[in-house]
Amino acid sequence: MSSLLEVSGVSVSFDGFRAINNLSFSIGPAELRAVIGPNGAGKTTFMDIVTGKTRPDAGRVLFGEKSISLLKRSEAEIARIGVGRKFQRPTVFEDQSVADNLMMALKSARGPFRVLFWRPGPADHEKVEALAAEVGLADQLARKSGELSHGQKQWLEIGMLLAQEPRLLLVDEPAAGMTLAEREHTTALLVQLAKTRAVVVVEHDMEFVRRLNCKVTVLHEGSVLAEGSLDHVTADPQVIEVYLGR
Amino acid sequence: MLRLFLAVLAALLLATGGLRAEPVGQILDTNRALIQKSSRLTIGPVIDALATSGDDRAEAVLQAWGDKHLGIRKSDGAFVLITRKGGDYVLTAPDGKAAGTAKRSDIDALRPNAGVRRLIDGALVQFQLNAPKRATRAAALDIIDRHPEAGQLKPLEASIPGEFDPGLRSRKERMLRLLTIRFGDDGAARIKAIESFGADTGLDLRGALNPLLDTKRVVTRAGETPPGNVARQLIPGKGIGDAAAYDLLVKAGDAPARLTPVARKQALEANIEGGKVGGVPVPDLSDPEARDRAYSALEQAGKVPQAATAAEVAAAVAAHAYWDVYAEPSKEVTDAARAALSKIALKVDGMEAFDLLLEALSLASIYFLAAIGLALTFGVMGVINMAHGEFIMMGAYTGYVVQQWIPNYTVSLLVALPLAFAVTFAAGVAMERLVVRHLYKRPLETLLATFGVSIALQQIAKNIFGTQARPLTSPAWLDGAWVLNDVVSISYIRIAIFVLGLVFLLLFLFVMNRTRLGLELRAVTQNPAMAASMGINPDRINMLAFGLGSGIAGIAGIALGLFAKVTSELGQDYIVQSFMTVVVGGVGNIFGTLAGAALIGTLQKGIEWLNPSNTLAAQTYMILFIILFIQVRPRGIIALKGRAAGD
Amino acid sequence: MSAYLRKNPSVLWFLAILALFVVAVTLMSPGTGSGMISTSFVKTLGKTLCLAMVALAMDLVWGYTGILSLGHMAFFAIGGYMIGMWLMYARTEEIVVKALSQSPIPPTPDEIFHGIGTQIFGVVGSSKMPLIWTFAGSLPAQLALVVIVPAVLAFVFGWLAFRSRVAGVYLSILTQAMTLALSLWLFQNDSGLRGNNGLSGLQNIPGLGGVSQDWLSIWFFWASAAALALAYILLAWVVSGKFGSVIRAIRDDEQRVRFLGYPVEGFKLFVFALTAVICGIAGALYYPQAGIINPAELAPIASIYLAVWVAIGGRGRLYGAVMGAVFVSLLSSWFTGGRAPDVPLGFGTIHWVDWWQVLLGLAFVLVTLFAPQGLGGLVDLVTGLRHPGRHGAPLGPDQGSLQEKEAQE
Repeated sequence: MSSLLEVSGVSVSFDGFRAINNLSFSIGPAELRAVIGPNGAGKTTFMDIVTGKTRPDAGRVLFGEKSISLLKRSEAEIARIGVGRKFQRPTVFEDQSVADNLMMALKSARGPFRVLFWRPGPADHEKVEALAAEVGLADQLARKSGELSHGQKQWLEIGMLLAQEPRLLLVDEPAAGMTLAEREHTTALLVQLAKTRAVVVVEHDMEFVRRLNCKVTVLHEGSVLAEGSLDHVTADPQVIEVYLGR
Repeated sequence: MLRLFLAVLAALLLATGGLRAEPVGQILDTNRALIQKSSRLTIGPVIDALATSGDDRAEAVLQAWGDKHLGIRKSDGAFVLITRKGGDYVLTAPDGKAAGTAKRSDIDALRPNAGVRRLIDGALVQFQLNAPKRATRAAALDIIDRHPEAGQLKPLEASIPGEFDPGLRSRKERMLRLLTIRFGDDGAARIKAIESFGADTGLDLRGALNPLLDTKRVVTRAGETPPGNVARQLIPGKGIGDAAAYDLLVKAGDAPARLTPVARKQALEANIEGGKVGGVPVPDLSDPEARDRAYSALEQAGKVPQAATAAEVAAAVAAHAYWDVYAEPSKEVTDAARAALSKIALKVDGMEAFDLLLEALSLASIYFLAAIGLALTFGVMGVINMAHGEFIMMGAYTGYVVQQWIPNYTVSLLVALPLAFAVTFAAGVAMERLVVRHLYKRPLETLLATFGVSIALQQIAKNIFGTQARPLTSPAWLDGAWVLNDVVSISYIRIAIFVLGLVFLLLFLFVMNRTRLGLELRAVTQNPAMAASMGINPDRINMLAFGLGSGIAGIAGIALGLFAKVTSELGQDYIVQSFMTVVVGGVGNIFGTLAGAALIGTLQKGIEWLNPSNTLAAQTYMILFIILFIQVRPRGIIALKGRAAGD
Repeated sequence: MSAYLRKNPSVLWFLAILALFVVAVTLMSPGTGSGMISTSFVKTLGKTLCLAMVALAMDLVWGYTGILSLGHMAFFAIGGYMIGMWLMYARTEEIVVKALSQSPIPPTPDEIFHGIGTQIFGVVGSSKMPLIWTFAGSLPAQLALVVIVPAVLAFVFGWLAFRSRVAGVYLSILTQAMTLALSLWLFQNDSGLRGNNGLSGLQNIPGLGGVSQDWLSIWFFWASAAALALAYILLAWVVSGKFGSVIRAIRDDEQRVRFLGYPVEGFKLFVFALTAVICGIAGALYYPQAGIINPAELAPIASIYLAVWVAIGGRGRLYGAVMGAVFVSLLSSWFTGGRAPDVPLGFGTIHWVDWWQVLLGLAFVLVTLFAPQGLGGLVDLVTGLRHPGRHGAPLGPDQGSLQEKEAQE
């Protein structure tokens, strides 16, 4: 099985501190993967590298069938290629309505001139309504997103991510701040999504990871410590030492 | 004393070429008419004759003449030296014998004009070179320095063996070599003199060498070579313009003057006949070619002078050769002079580069002083303070006001420095409390709000002190300059500013790294929430830091005020450069600010050196450079890396 | 169309008020109406409309996109210089031709050209026509340059700045440096634009020597009003669609917009260049009414005043920018014109000519601190429009509403 994203031998250091150290990672086109690790293991930096926010000092990051290198590309280009990212804290544009937020995320031309002359058609409105319904915000479309509750903002952001129709989804602690019911809904949604695309979930909450029921990658000090099913990695004495045991 | 006298005697004998001594009295008598109506243009030979007469009374007579103590006795027309005594004159004959006394009305005192007196002074130099008083000898050397002449060569040379003052002796020896270069008649000796200087950078040497290389532009027929010491040939279009070449021909009388458009127009206007000029209707004359036709027709009719057409000009220019010829006939001497000058030029270039470096350093320290407060508020705290320039201005005005109260400039400076710090510290703290504090999370609005403060402060300063510049006078010990040689010099005030910059750098490092305040400041900068939970009061720290930054601006204001005039726009003139310094250097690091100031100072001086006539353009180019520099290093020379830099 | 108006209810209001204003001024002007107001006041009003147009541009670039440019008055002045070159050249040509026609034989083109050069550049000790005046004889060419030069300058500068991710206060300082560089360059005598003398006599329109200033002033007033109306309609259209959404999103969190796949730099560049062009056009209308332009007009401080107008009017809404520009600039000319009554105090007298700047500076600080919505906030009170309840105080467009940045943990 060919992989959708292949990260190999990536290193990056900040002022001498090696945040990522010879990290290799790959994920298939329709796979769900959980990434766990203690604080400072390099989870966020890993996502920064894949999305183009941080440039690694060494290594390769290849994406898709044509093995496009992501290293030289800007964040926007990488997003257009098909990498979506959900931030840990919901970042939606609070000054704009839910509909505007979703409309902006909707997959379409991104250049300034095309955007200037773009006007939403009926199909676009339908799509936005469908997405809003999927994330439970159907009746909130006209509201400013700043007025939403924390959980609703999380959902709105997930909706925006779906609107982008990415092939690879990077999700940073999706369950934070959610109620139990919402977590279940999120789990179901992530599993559902992983059927058609690759999903990487960075999570602290072991219960949540267990519920995802997928392959787990453990990061420690910037490189992969262990990989496999949750039961497999939790049995690993090294993992227990650095992460679970203490 | 006797030895000196003997030496003088020997020198005089030598100078006059031996024994032929003509009594001065006789010379005066033979040139009576010239002396009585003396004029600078005609008196030269007489003075020379006196000076070289060999008579040991020559000096006394010349001195008396120059001092207006030479007269003619009306009764017999004899020349007498006069000394006033009461209402009368005591007379001395030119040969030194006493000649009794006379009433003032009996003597016609000569009053040589300034030009003649200068000639006399020049002639006296050879005597003064051996004068017993050191000051007189030094004064004589000064005269030679200012007006070097061929005639001074021999007396100067003769005076050296008798000179026992080491300072004057070496000066005389140097001057002798300089005079030899200019006026010596032995080519080999002149070349030796030139070479003896090596790469001496003295202005006097260059003053002696440069005239040797004076050239005259001459024209010959093509193929011929002009007589004399040729410097170079000039090819028209290269080295000499076609127009200049033709002008040279016209001047040499080898070609008729060219027809200028203005002359042509005047000629045409003078020859309008029945609405036509030379057969061409007047309305057609807006075309230059029609004008040419009309002029040619007039030329043929003989109504206007012949004038060279473009083709004739080109032919004439091509038929001649153009040369630069040295006034100095000896090729060896000009070659030696050129070689010496190029050696000197190299050394002078080196010194100029050093001088430029000094100036750059001083400009850099000015920028550093202006920017260091900003580096604290903008760099460390992330707060942009557009009123920083006005704090600088406030400091400068504080200095001015203190000077109004304390007349002693040194004392007033000592009072003004801490006072300026206090005033601007207070102003900074007030602004932080009232304005900036509420805007910590909104940098752009801080920029605007502090700008509002800046507008207000500037106008208030204008209202109080008026728009004219106020002087901030530096104490006398800061006047003047440290002069290394003719090329390199730097004023004490610039040195003082440099030292002040250095002091502030050390002070800043000390405060940041060695004091409690610095520790807390760094803590607040890096993580305010954490710092607060450790018991540090971020409000207080921010306030102090802001006050400190502003206080430093106030002291910088005094320094800048000493350097430039104090106006309400003083700060505004420096604010953009200060921000550039901080931004180019790298935010959040004092060494970055230092590097930025060094870069900007050097750059500005360098550009000014390349284009000295235009300091405005220099600033333009510098800013353009900075904009491009930001492309290469967006975070400045010394940048924080990684997550700490924050996105 | 209806969607456009629904999104921009202010457009109709704005056009209606502007139309009323134009009619009123027309009726009162010396050229077309009763002469209740003077020609110079008509010019002042016309100029104010041009300034309002610049404020609109500034609002788009700052209020909507979050780029605090301190360089837009430079583009305004460049527009003025471009039209000024033609005005001065053509007008001087008329004078020179007339003077030369007195001589017995007709002048050659060369003589006319030289005469113009001497007339224009005599003050800076030159008679040569600089290269940049190549097209000065042609009105269409100079009109094109009014648009092209600011656009190219903005494009090049913006490309350099945005490409290296210079943002926030850094960008502000950099734009200020650009303005300073430009003004210092223009201050030189050999810049080819007459150094600190600037271009003058611009109020005399070549070919319209027979038309009185009474009429010219009202024509320019109409032209300024029309340009302002067009600019308003255009910008309202720009900010109403998805483009508006994206630029406001860039203002609030540009990193997030990048992760949505939008080329943020391209959008900023487009906005920067578009607003530069609007400024250029406004300048081309302003300076014939002002009569003179010199490098002091593009001193960095002018651009900061522009920011002051927009801030006082209220950022992020087009009518706010217009209100701010009109209100502050008219008030400013009232105070500095010496028409405001002096205030006698016990210990001295407040001469507003001297103290107006102080007042303005302090007012500006107060508005920034206490009324980030500016005068536009008053409109909210009237219409009862409510903004979403935010966490804490409104933060303004700089940081947007988003304090919770994931990147910072």
